[in-house]
Amino acid sequence: MATRQTQSLARLMRAPAIILLLIWMLVPLGMTLYYSFLNYNLLNPTGTSWAGWFNYRYFYTDPAFFEAVGNTLVLVLGVLTITVVLGTAIAMLIDKPIFGQGIVRILIISPFFVMPPVAALIWKNMIMHPSYGVFADLAKFFGQAPIDWFAQYPLTSIIIIVAWQWLPFATLILLTALQSLDGEQMEAAEMDGAGAVSRFIHLTLPHLARAMTVVILIQTIFLLGIYAEILVTTNGGPGNASTNLTYLIYRAARLNFDIGGAAAGGIIAVILANFVAIFLMRAVGRNLD
Amino acid sequence: MARAVKTRTRIGYSIAAWTVALIIFFPILYTVITSFKSEQEAIAGFDLIPSLTLESYKAVQTQNDYFRPFVNSVILALGSTVLALIVAIPAAWAMAFSPTKRTKDILMWMLSTKMMPAVAVLVPIYLIFLRTGLMDTRTGLVIILMLMNLPIVIWMLYTYFREIPGEILEAARMDGASLRDEIVHVLTPMAIPGIASTMLLNVILAWNEAFWTIQLTTTNAAPLSAFIASFSSPQGLFWAKLSAASTMAIAPILIMGWFSQKQLVRGLTFGAVK
Amino acid sequence: MGSITLRNVRKAFGDVEVIPGVDLDIQDGEFVVFVGPSGCGKSTLLRLIAGLEDVSGGQIMIDGQDVTEHAPARRGLAMVFQSYALYPHMSVRKNITFPLKMARMDQDEQTRRVEHAAKILNLTDYLDRKPGQLSGGQRQRVAIGRAIVREPSAFLFDEPLSNLDAALRVGMRVEISELHKKLATTMIYVTHDQVEAMTMADKIVVLRAGRVEQVGSPLELYRSPANRFVAGFIGSPNMNFLEGQAAADHGAHAIGVRPEHFRMSLTEGSFAGTVGVAEHLGSDTFLHVDLDDGTHIVARAEGEFAARHGDRVWLTPEEGRVYRFDAEGLAI
Repeated sequence: MATRQTQSLARLMRAPAIILLLIWMLVPLGMTLYYSFLNYNLLNPTGTSWAGWFNYRYFYTDPAFFEAVGNTLVLVLGVLTITVVLGTAIAMLIDKPIFGQGIVRILIISPFFVMPPVAALIWKNMIMHPSYGVFADLAKFFGQAPIDWFAQYPLTSIIIIVAWQWLPFATLILLTALQSLDGEQMEAAEMDGAGAVSRFIHLTLPHLARAMTVVILIQTIFLLGIYAEILVTTNGGPGNASTNLTYLIYRAARLNFDIGGAAAGGIIAVILANFVAIFLMRAVGRNLD
Repeated sequence: MARAVKTRTRIGYSIAAWTVALIIFFPILYTVITSFKSEQEAIAGFDLIPSLTLESYKAVQTQNDYFRPFVNSVILALGSTVLALIVAIPAAWAMAFSPTKRTKDILMWMLSTKMMPAVAVLVPIYLIFLRTGLMDTRTGLVIILMLMNLPIVIWMLYTYFREIPGEILEAARMDGASLRDEIVHVLTPMAIPGIASTMLLNVILAWNEAFWTIQLTTTNAAPLSAFIASFSSPQGLFWAKLSAASTMAIAPILIMGWFSQKQLVRGLTFGAVK
Repeated sequence: MGSITLRNVRKAFGDVEVIPGVDLDIQDGEFVVFVGPSGCGKSTLLRLIAGLEDVSGGQIMIDGQDVTEHAPARRGLAMVFQSYALYPHMSVRKNITFPLKMARMDQDEQTRRVEHAAKILNLTDYLDRKPGQLSGGQRQRVAIGRAIVREPSAFLFDEPLSNLDAALRVGMRVEISELHKKLATTMIYVTHDQVEAMTMADKIVVLRAGRVEQVGSPLELYRSPANRFVAGFIGSPNMNFLEGQAAADHGAHAIGVRPEHFRMSLTEGSFAGTVGVAEHLGSDTFLHVDLDDGTHIVARAEGEFAARHGDRVWLTPEEGRVYRFDAEGLAI
């Protein structure tokens, strides 16, 4: 089969995808790199000039930048912690023999299919709203003053929303991994006198380690780009309290029309994402053969 | 005796699992319930029993022209998925059935393009769209969404195609099938379930995409994600109407999602967890 | 008709030569078994005959016609794969019809042949099921059905029973043998299981590292193995080998005695040893004996033999049943 003819046919079949992705990767990224060295503002397009490292230095000296990087880290780590810990617990719970397992799974997986703006609006208006939200109703029921979530705890509120969206993903992946755990291995450990806790630590956790790595890496890729949830809830505020790097760059580009600055921020975001990407590629690549 | 204890623990687990599931599902459930309330009921405090009025649904359509973003969402999700499949099927096919030494590297590279943060190319894409007149057009968005999901589509198809055992193809050749027969009678029917799964997941991803759809549309091409996001402003919809719009925006994809749990795991972990 | 001749057939994957050169004559109607340990090249040789791999050198002839360059389908052979390789999306009927459809055969003839094959293989009730709904043995039969409808000049089997459980394997073994009697078509059968080879073959080809070690009928190989490898591979339990003084007494580097060719005694004999494990099967008794010089021997006695762990026993090889080998392992 592997004749010269089929090989050139194969090359022809691969070509469109490769060329498209090559363009998609190189052209915009090259342009971003180029713009990042320009003084270029859409409000004053005639004043465009070579900026050197100015745009990068601007970020480096801007306190908002560090606040945004800090917020990005808190957001990513917060969501990861909640989803992995709760996800493991829930996966273990629904892996047990329960009544109506199929429906339970469907209910738990559902938030993942809710588009980000809807998820954010549901939480903002239905759940966390200081006068009409369910949390406010609960607080009133217990005689407490309702919390104005997005004003008082803007970043925490966003972490809760995003964690709700990604918890199903973590749960589903960990559940899949859990179901491939050898039941006889568990029984052997039970025969060997291992209690529930040591079985969890010595068998379940190591078995889940790989799936957890994958969950953490893939979620990080997506969590670095959180945008719509911030846009429809806090708009990055109050001040910069809930502005992440993505949102900061969006604001520079679309609200301040600072093309050069936004491009420099974009390059920084690429570098950050690459750190994660390298680890993810290793984890995935090992499984390719 | 042992049996009785078993049933009792099972009931315990079930209660715990159902409690967790209902808490997680609650925001969606409450939104659906609220969508059937009147505006007065909606802000009247916690209440799980709606008056089952459809006035919010009607209002969303008449006041906000819900129909256009809905059609846009359908066109964008299906269009970008079909386009991605047209490009991806031959590529994945070639890589699965005529692999070369570099196939693995190519796949890894394709995956790496998925890791590029969208915001990093916001500026150039935005400017290109402004200058070429693609801004706020469905054509432009279909292209962007297709490119965004192309790596995932190729990867998923590749893992599905790879599962077609080589011995079946050899058997077909022993049976006298030509390359054309092999493709028509053996490969295609075996590949269709994988292609369908890939399509399902990709439609979900494209439907829910909420960065480029918000950045690159204003009104004409705006899909549901951008439409709903516009309600963040204070003069937006009221509670019940917002719930109705939200319910309609998520219902079709939620139902599709329920049927795609397995594909979700495979597609979003690039085959790393099965 | 299905005589197959291989002339100096060679196969190399890159620099690795897996088959350095095989000559073989297979007569029409013969049941030939390729047997050998895994990695011996037996499957590769089968795939070369099938045309699924291209030869690196040499000639393959079917009924005197050179088919070396022919595509698999043009060789007139049918193959049954280890994994059965059924088309999962087609019903049993469609699976079996597929090669006929590819040959653009007349519809009525297609139906006739499928019904006939289904009857032979007891598949009539399953014709409209999908392979996924069948048991392992039934899938195996479908794969065979797909092969026989073509009325090929020879059947190729690639370890067809290795995915079945032990009981089913014995049953299918008999079925394939019966099928061979019924069809009288050449069959080439690859296995690593010497029991399958002994029970099914007219002619066994023992392969090691891509070389033919010996060709012969099962009993020829059993009675006069050409070398120590064949002697050790054919026969169950394996032949015992003794070196040192015992071999020197017979004027050889090593001697081999099959377990069934020992006479056992509790009082006297050629070799003394201690019973390690005694397996009493009723019909036979197997003794695992550690001789005084440290050699481990398995001996079989017919019927019951009263020996237990730790007993002293004496073993005496039967006259004329001692195989002698030189330092290279060749039979003397």
